[in-house]
Amino acid sequence: MSTQTPKQTDESSETDAETEVPSKGDERRDEKRRRAAEERARRQAEEAEKAAADEETVELKVFRYDPEIEGKQEPRFDTFHVPFTKGMTVLDALMYSRDTYDSSLTFRHSCRQAVCGSDAMFVNGGQKLACKTQISELEEPIRVEPLPHADVEKDLVVDLEHFYDQMEAVEPYFQTNEYPDGELEEQRQTRENREKIKMSTRCIWCSACMSSCNIAAGDNEYLGPAAINKAYRFAMDDREGEEIKQKRLEIIEQEHGVWRCQTQFSCTEVCPKDIPLTEHIQELKREAVKNNLKFW
Amino acid sequence: MSQSYNRGLIEDFSRWREFEAGMWAWIFHKFTGWVLIGYLFTHIAVLSTAIPAADGATMMFQGSQTDVFTGTIVSLEGLLLVRLLEVGLLAVAVFHMLNGTRLLLVDLGVGLEAQDKSFYASLILTGAITVASVPTFIAGAF
Ligand code: HEM
Ligand code: SF4
Ligand code: FES
Repeated sequence: MSTQTPKQTDESSETDAETEVPSKGDERRDEKRRRAAEERARRQAEEAEKAAADEETVELKVFRYDPEIEGKQEPRFDTFHVPFTKGMTVLDALMYSRDTYDSSLTFRHSCRQAVCGSDAMFVNGGQKLACKTQISELEEPIRVEPLPHADVEKDLVVDLEHFYDQMEAVEPYFQTNEYPDGELEEQRQTRENREKIKMSTRCIWCSACMSSCNIAAGDNEYLGPAAINKAYRFAMDDREGEEIKQKRLEIIEQEHGVWRCQTQFSCTEVCPKDIPLTEHIQELKREAVKNNLKFW
Repeated sequence: MSQSYNRGLIEDFSRWREFEAGMWAWIFHKFTGWVLIGYLFTHIAVLSTAIPAADGATMMFQGSQTDVFTGTIVSLEGLLLVRLLEVGLLAVAVFHMLNGTRLLLVDLGVGLEAQDKSFYASLILTGAITVASVPTFIAGAF
């Protein structure tokens, strides 16, 4: 199934030249396979026809690539015609294409409501969460590609290992050595402090920002916007205490930390959770300067 | 970086139509910064003719002996190309100053929500100042 390279728009049902003296079993299996292929081609053609005849269809051009399959090693775009329904997202259209035309079409998704962060893609030249992007807001044909600046594994799936490494590098978990007095006392955070870090806690690790960042593309060691935002989330959390904050600032102001940022605002533009990434990075820069320059 | 399938420069530059304001600002700021550096050197080269001029060096200019400093500058200013380049230089310098101020504000965390608007404002102001300067720079060049 996954070895075929199906064409979605033209209905090519191959009438096959019979091979020489096959065994009864082979013949039967061939026949079965042939019929299944015909059936599939018929159904796909039918769907495509129906979709094309339907007034409201959207045209999707989807990036296809699979290093493990011979016919797919050369990257190409497949066209899918998908019947439009109100409220349809790019993810919906991709799922329709996969379920109707080509089950080998590969992409990550899970929650379908912009909380799991698994379906960041490059849609019409911008990093978008497929499940949060309305078809009606896009120009056709809609080009769907894997995230730039990451290894493509297959179709729309990219390797996020490097992104996760950068996230881990800032120690993205709560640490403190300042405990409240009573043994059973809670570690309370002031409302103001919670408000301060509120936006930074919303990150869903989708990697859209990392992919959009021109600096991260050229410097693999750069922590990147998401990791710096994560560092911000903890560095600004008063409950961690002064000593831990010093440690966090050291990570933040290292050579490939905040100072790589050139305030291009690309990350802030693409973040599906509207986190003011550039603002957080800039604030950490000032924090780092204040920490090192002491005239007072 | 993409290794198994390298989309190459297309990834960064053939998508310039999709660049947002902040990215354009960055590219223009780099470009104008380096143009200004380039101009600095030509500027030094031209002005340094004042050194031999102080020692009495002269050149033929419009049929008479003129000191090299005045001769160089006046003959350069007589070229339409130089006049046009001066308009360009002003545009580059004004944009760099305005956007540089914008970047300093960004560094201070002032008005980050309006970073795109301040970029457009820099562009428009640059355009206006450049147009207004044309009569001054081009006067008498034709
Ligand atoms: C009012 C005058 C100026 C202002 C406000 C200004 C502002 C700035 C700022 C803020 C940056 C840093 C950009 C960043 O954060 O990456 C910068 C970069 C730069 N400036 Fe200026 N500048 C001015 C004049 C000049 C002049 C006269 C020159 C040349 C002689 C110049 C050449 C450069 C260069 C080469 C860069 C680096 C560009 C790059 O990123 O590669 N600037 N300027
Ligand atoms: S900061 Fe925004 S764009 Fe970046 S990984 Fe988190 S949610 Fe995605
Ligand atoms: S599917 Fe979970 S964020 Fe889109």
